[in-house]
Amino acid sequence: MSEVNLIFETSRPGRKAYSLPECDVPQKPIGELIDSSYLREKAPELPEVSELDAVRHYTKLSLRNHGVDSGFYPLGSCTMKYNPKVNEAVARLDGFINCHPYQPESMVQGNLEVMYTLDRLLSEISGMDQVSLQPAAGAHGELAGLMIIKAYHENRGEGNRDKIIVPDSAHGTNPASAAVAGFEVIEVKSDDRGCVDLEHLKEVMNEEVAGLMLTNPNTLGLFETEIVEIAKIVHDKGGLLYYDGANMNAIMGIARPGDMGFDVIHFNLHKTFSTPHGGGGPGSGPVGVKESLIPFLPVPVVCKKDDTYYLDFDRPLSIGRIKSFYGNFNVTIKALAYIFTMGEEGLKKVSESAVLNANYIAQKLKDVYLLPYDKICMHECVLSGYRQKANGVSTLDIAKRLLDFGYHPPTVYFPLIVSEALMIEPTECESKETLDEFINTMRTIAEEAESNPDIVKTAPHNTVVSRLDEALAARKPVLKWKKE
Amino acid sequence: MRYISNTAADKESMLKEIGVDSIEALFEDIPKEVYCDKLNLPKAMSEIELIKKMKEIAQKNETVDKYTCFLGAGAYDHFIPVTIDQLILRQEFYTAYTPYQPEISQGTLQSIFEYQTMICELTGMDVANASMYDGTNSLVEAAILACSVTKRSEVLVAKSVHPESRQVLKTYARFKKIKVTEVDYLDGQLDISDLEAKINSDTAALLIQSPNFFGIIEDIAAVEKLVHDNKSLLIVSTDPISLAVLKSPGELGADIAVGEGQPLGNPLSYGGPYLGFFATKEKYMRRVPGRIIGQTVDQQGRRGFVLTLQTREQHIRREKATSNICSNQGLIALTAAMYMTFMGKEGLREVAEQSLMKAHYAYEKLIETGKFKPLFDKPFYKEFALESTEPVDNLNEKLLKANILGGYQLGRDYPELEKGWLVAVTEKRTKEEIDRLVREAVK
Amino acid sequence: MNVPSNLLFSKTHEWVRIEENIAYLGLTDFAQDKLGQIVFVDLPELNQEIKEKEQVAEVESVKAVAEFFSPVSGKVVKVNEDLLDSPEQINENPYDSWFVAVELSDQSELENLLNPQKYEALLMEEEENH
Repeated sequence: MSEVNLIFETSRPGRKAYSLPECDVPQKPIGELIDSSYLREKAPELPEVSELDAVRHYTKLSLRNHGVDSGFYPLGSCTMKYNPKVNEAVARLDGFINCHPYQPESMVQGNLEVMYTLDRLLSEISGMDQVSLQPAAGAHGELAGLMIIKAYHENRGEGNRDKIIVPDSAHGTNPASAAVAGFEVIEVKSDDRGCVDLEHLKEVMNEEVAGLMLTNPNTLGLFETEIVEIAKIVHDKGGLLYYDGANMNAIMGIARPGDMGFDVIHFNLHKTFSTPHGGGGPGSGPVGVKESLIPFLPVPVVCKKDDTYYLDFDRPLSIGRIKSFYGNFNVTIKALAYIFTMGEEGLKKVSESAVLNANYIAQKLKDVYLLPYDKICMHECVLSGYRQKANGVSTLDIAKRLLDFGYHPPTVYFPLIVSEALMIEPTECESKETLDEFINTMRTIAEEAESNPDIVKTAPHNTVVSRLDEALAARKPVLKWKKE
Repeated sequence: MRYISNTAADKESMLKEIGVDSIEALFEDIPKEVYCDKLNLPKAMSEIELIKKMKEIAQKNETVDKYTCFLGAGAYDHFIPVTIDQLILRQEFYTAYTPYQPEISQGTLQSIFEYQTMICELTGMDVANASMYDGTNSLVEAAILACSVTKRSEVLVAKSVHPESRQVLKTYARFKKIKVTEVDYLDGQLDISDLEAKINSDTAALLIQSPNFFGIIEDIAAVEKLVHDNKSLLIVSTDPISLAVLKSPGELGADIAVGEGQPLGNPLSYGGPYLGFFATKEKYMRRVPGRIIGQTVDQQGRRGFVLTLQTREQHIRREKATSNICSNQGLIALTAAMYMTFMGKEGLREVAEQSLMKAHYAYEKLIETGKFKPLFDKPFYKEFALESTEPVDNLNEKLLKANILGGYQLGRDYPELEKGWLVAVTEKRTKEEIDRLVREAVK
Repeated sequence: MNVPSNLLFSKTHEWVRIEENIAYLGLTDFAQDKLGQIVFVDLPELNQEIKEKEQVAEVESVKAVAEFFSPVSGKVVKVNEDLLDSPEQINENPYDSWFVAVELSDQSELENLLNPQKYEALLMEEEENH
């Protein structure tokens, strides 16, 4: 397939893809209204195309993308589940998309009801006491959660707690968010079972530590069996426990972070609660807390009095505002619709099926791909391309070869503590047949790695472009189009 | 359960393969003491029930479809071509994840590369990222970047910057240990003498918004030298559509240009999801937060696009990353790119000009009534502040009864402007609607 | 792995070439190989005073970052600006691609460095651990 023109290359002076009514107020030269020193001399060079040109352009581009509806997307840690169409439809109701954020509360009772109800439902699912929908994404939720932890300690006169413990298997956002929140990061090691090393945790946990950030199940897809003990170690020294909700899809209706001893949590509505990833966003990363931390939640907080909802700004201990307006509101509608659709039984089945699917894949592949932690996993399994490496085939090559068979590859080279990692998260949505086909393909590739390694090493062969020169892109950055 | 495929028979055969006898056995690692017996959630709804329920909730809202909107203050009721949503609903765009596998993500990558080009073109800057959470988030990240490159720890922010942006800045600053100092306004524009008094050797940047929260165009040329002579960065937050007619931040010497991208094709959606754009000069390229798309070639020499300069980011640099941002507002950036494509060079200018003409018409007509006085005497774009003789609360209440969503009450954020009323007029408003606003306002 | 006999080495994989009172510093063959295609290097400034074991430069490949620790203390008297434009030289000729030249302020620090034999032993050890 050939390259697709950039829209600027398709552009021809004089073409138009819009219509506007004629300006019906008396018009004056702009120079009479605004001093010409403020005015631009040369108009920005935006495209000039017809409506059909534009529609074809974006349609062509879309065909160069792989989405969840295109095929299996087992991207570990990202929970690429089906994004229900009905959620898109209800989120586009006039009542939701056409409200101005500064309309009086009396005019937006429906929106406030959405936020209030979702807060209650997420609190119930996670075992927390209150949830704020302000954070725009997971990393933003982490940041808000860490700020809450800091503010809590400061309010107790323990502002000297300026360290956060993060496992060596954690998502990169954990240490990055901790740094933005003004913490120093301490790494705690994983033991040979892939879980937090309790002895090491005891060593590093002291009165300078504000808390521990944990993903449970962890990034190896394993449940931290000693979570109650971990919580005790942290709490005994006055620290708080932070739950990274990236892997929440494994435990809904089965165990609640609040009951495990976690004090703060963020959710990824775009993972667990089916809202689309949008090619990178918008996500939504609500932050939930236990009762003692409620006063520190970001403002505003949606409250209910009698039958009326309102926004509460008068919260003196709050960390303050972390985003304009009220979070990625329209995304939260889709999550609410999802929870309404699933109900209690449904959410539990989601986790059961997600865990079943992941274990099935691990079981059926572990004879050809190394399974470094060979035990029952949760919603994702981490294999390794270590054996294939002997033939000079890297995990990246395996991932690229999967593209030829129409799959989005698993997450590769993460978690960092597994070499040549292949992190596979099938989600609950996929059928046994889909998993079987994928398993067969993975086995085929393992065979190829032995019999015909070149075909794997030079993959992909069937995509619109072949492997791209990432070193060139970073050495000589071309970050925008320039007229020749 | 229509979102789960496996039947009872499937489950049974899969469990057998795994070598366990029940689903419960898969969860044995979870200590019994933290098992949850039951969640207290509403009963599952069918599609019919769900749609009915969501419609009931949505109907409790009043919208700008019924109420003529003269409310702005950071979120604007601009026209959106219907074609955009139809294209956005192509599953290849909205169900995909971040383009980690470039060979099957060229659609997202190329469209965001085009978005970056358009943002650079509007702002007059060299480099733009693939978007941030919202305009406020971009502004805060710009302030953090400035502190990092100047190795200074104080930022000055004009009091004429959106109040919510200043609030968020203060939240981040508290934890990042950045000092935030506000620079007062004089007649609706940044007070240069106050800036002169406050700028000092620890000033990393001046944050200024133009058109500012009052709708007024700031005299950036007048502050540029002062800021740069102090070796501070000039960070300008702006309205993207205004840049079709107003001088770009780049032309005015800004180091970083940011802003709220909602006006570029995104519905009001009660405040989100919106879009923060972020653009800067080449010399700060490797300090930019968030994702950036770059052009390269494949093995056959064909043009292609990839995520680039990734070592800035959290998944590689972890606690030393330029920012913790990971998800951005990808689909909203795509929406913005589509909007700029559909409206195009001419369309964007026309939107900007019509908004400007109509705002000035409304301004004159409202002043003519004698009930309003200009609050400031400075050039404005599509939004203007008036002093109302009637309490703003009453005025807006009365307008609502006439199905008009009146202007923003400035007293909410500026106690000294208790009588202030901030009116926004976009190209969507007609002369008739403006005349009706004027009539109802004086009733 | 190439380990030239005329150089000294640090445990963190920097090499040092001594010319009278000037030390040329660079990244070893082993380190560049581990990093993969190098795309960017951030160098200290001319006349900057640097200290032994202080991070003074950064080397980036597509998906990794390596910190460059100065093996010696002193004043930077030359900066190899060619590397800024074509960092791939570090991959191609690691021992010709010096980062900076430093006027030594403390000759005795050289005693803390590894000779080629000892450095080769270190590399053997690192390989075994992987």
